[in-house]
Amino acid sequence: MGAFLALAKIRLFMQKALKKTVQIRYYALLREERGVASETIVTCASTLAQLYEDLRKRHELSLSQERMSVAVNDSFANWSDPIADQDVIVFVPPVAGG
Amino acid sequence: MIYLIETTIDERELKQSIEDDRAGAIAAFEGRVRNHNDEKAVVELIYETCESLAEKEADRIVSEAKEKFPILNAVLRHRTGKIKIGELAVFVAVSSAHRQAAFQACRYIIDEAKRRLAIWKKETYADGTSVWVNCQSCSAMRLGGAAHHEQEHNHHKHLKPSEQSAPVLSSIGEVAHE
Repeated sequence: MGAFLALAKIRLFMQKALKKTVQIRYYALLREERGVASETIVTCASTLAQLYEDLRKRHELSLSQERMSVAVNDSFANWSDPIADQDVIVFVPPVAGG
Repeated sequence: MIYLIETTIDERELKQSIEDDRAGAIAAFEGRVRNHNDEKAVVELIYETCESLAEKEADRIVSEAKEKFPILNAVLRHRTGKIKIGELAVFVAVSSAHRQAAFQACRYIIDEAKRRLAIWKKETYADGTSVWVNCQSCSAMRLGGAAHHEQEHNHHKHLKPSEQSAPVLSSIGEVAHE
């Protein structure tokens, strides 16, 4: 029983440690599909790619990662980059300026 | 330098800002809103932007042009928000001693701006449908009608995703909405 409780405590601790609170900003088509311009969420996703996949499935977003870029704290990033607590993340749909 | 503006672009003021007695050439590009796209009559056009990202990238593009080409000065300004047929959507001007560098830098800036700036365009057509340009998977929405200017429909991205990850179970809670 003692070992079981210890394991449960360790598991809880790991889950807490893995959770990050991030702000997501949506634009254009993503904003319309998600229904909000931004949201603050708690996630255990370890990369930007994993985070977007989770969001895409959860909210049935139509754009795949291959067609988009991603930016963190106002700088373009790689999809494989890790997520840090308090990151501000923008999933960038295909651009059409100019 | 300000790169994005919600009001009318004053091209005369921008050209004056890059004039220089050392300049033998000024090259400029004006991107204007045209009234058709893919044989459809456009009745409304809206530009949306992530301002912080776009301003930063625009500054980077102009700096790159100054490094790559022997130019004296360069300006880039892009409209955001709703824009009418015939209006100026984007303006680029470059001054240099000689015309070759001016032409090349001007072309570079507008090409990179179209490819890299976090700006999105929503067109509404006379038939009531609207699309976010380059997001071809979006569903058509019924709205009332706009126009647009020279646009190369491409799917350029600033960065490609470096890898695809398998979905993982993650706890996502929506703490706040705006």
